[in-house]
Amino acid sequence: MFPFTLEKATSTQAAIAAGAEGARYIAGGTTLVDLMRDEVERPERLVDINKLPLGGIRVDGEEIVIGALARMAEVAADENVQRLQPLIAESLIEGASPQLRNMASMGGNLLQRVRCPYFRMLDAACNKRAPSSGCSAIEGRNAGHAILGTSKACAATHPSDVAVALVALDATMRVQGPRGERSFPVEDLFRLPADTPHLEHTLLPGELIVEIRVPGGAHTRRARYLKVRDRASYEFALVSAAAALSIMDGVVREARIAAGGVGTRPWRLRACEAALAGRKLSRAAFEEAARLATEGARPLHHNGFKVELLPRTIVRALEMAGEVA
Amino acid sequence: MTHQNPAAGKAGTDKQSRAVAAQSDPTSITRRTVLQIAGSAVSLAAVTPAAAQAVTTQPSMETAARPVRLLVNGNARELPLDPRQSLLDVLRETLDLTGTKKGCNQGACGACTVLVNGKRIVSCLTLASLHDGAHIETIEGLSKDGELHPLQQAFIDHEGLQCGFCTSGQIMSGIGCISEGHAGSPEEIRFWMSGNICRCGAYPGIVAAVADTAQRS
Repeated sequence: MFPFTLEKATSTQAAIAAGAEGARYIAGGTTLVDLMRDEVERPERLVDINKLPLGGIRVDGEEIVIGALARMAEVAADENVQRLQPLIAESLIEGASPQLRNMASMGGNLLQRVRCPYFRMLDAACNKRAPSSGCSAIEGRNAGHAILGTSKACAATHPSDVAVALVALDATMRVQGPRGERSFPVEDLFRLPADTPHLEHTLLPGELIVEIRVPGGAHTRRARYLKVRDRASYEFALVSAAAALSIMDGVVREARIAAGGVGTRPWRLRACEAALAGRKLSRAAFEEAARLATEGARPLHHNGFKVELLPRTIVRALEMAGEVA
Repeated sequence: MTHQNPAAGKAGTDKQSRAVAAQSDPTSITRRTVLQIAGSAVSLAAVTPAAAQAVTTQPSMETAARPVRLLVNGNARELPLDPRQSLLDVLRETLDLTGTKKGCNQGACGACTVLVNGKRIVSCLTLASLHDGAHIETIEGLSKDGELHPLQQAFIDHEGLQCGFCTSGQIMSGIGCISEGHAGSPEEIRFWMSGNICRCGAYPGIVAAVADTAQRS
């Protein structure tokens, strides 16, 4: 591991000042320490933000407010999250292992880096790690890679599960930076790779995620997360789907659908949602809507199965959501 | 070219932690100590002249050891640590608590599981310096007054191991699993113990040991 300095932030303002000078924030460290050991990440200065008052989970009117430093396990086990936003709890429990969920913060989860194996291999080409070096995945082993939102430069999927749920639920995030505070949809945090895959998110230098806010609504109760993967637990998604339904008299009033494992960012499927609105609850309606999910999909050599698996996963997730009593 | 500095840095870290380990107990000579001394001689020999120079000319601030307080199995320790040292390496190399195992060293296998402030974590993926003031519990701290912890005994009774390399991590994770209330059924235990890999495939015994202990507690 390259040498670095580690300082403990005593206030949010002090952390942001260091961040604006180029320091990297560290919370749980589950992504960063691993990548630093592999020398993929080489920060010279780390700021430990764990003592900042950015934890906890609270209810604010119709919204659940999740502190950026709340740990995945803590959020998943929170009574209010389980009661008001079961989709968030389910997506968290399907991610990582119990040990990692005790360590990883919510802010860090959103900013975790990709699991493309070539990103971690220093002797492989990777536009994300070394801009303009090429992409070893496009012609390499790419069964796990994205079919949506890809470019010639990068096809790595965003690995987070809870980000898929948050995007489906129209969650917003509050960030603080050297120039003050702003809020925006979690969906807008993630960039498409285009020809600059090394730029992954839209935070400005020094900006620190403070909290995530998840609005309530009629769709939040019938909401499920289905994750399809190579083993039953502790594995990244081949395909996952978050589905939330608001139903009245057997008719879909509103549907929320997002997918993981298929996109270069958490992938909201608004065309599928629109196709379901006003339809009677039926497998046929789910299948018709799910078919729209793969419009524009560009499979690589080994991940063509995702073009078939994605609509099937969506249909099953919608059925699971519809069955919630 | 870029690989000379990290090599030098690594040698520096290891040397430092070994020195601290030696200081902490200068009289004991164990098989591990002998291996460590032999190992550091080899790693020193492997450092190229350019890299060796880099060690002495790098600003010392970058790798300066800072005092970190850890309460390990009830014993308060204040240790000068390089910020690069993982909690796992500090337990094993600095404190000689080698019951905690290094398997994958990338958070995938669970062999290094310990409890930090009562919560199970993988000690390989965290820097020790992030845990100033924390209570750390390792496998060495479980038995009380010569009596094994009930889950340790259950691993013996249910043959929850073959080679034993993953066992300390399995037991620490099992304690977390039980205290979190996720040991209600074999199915639930399998899901909530999935962060611990056993290459021997002793899973039936592991699940039985956790289930048995959960029922008794």
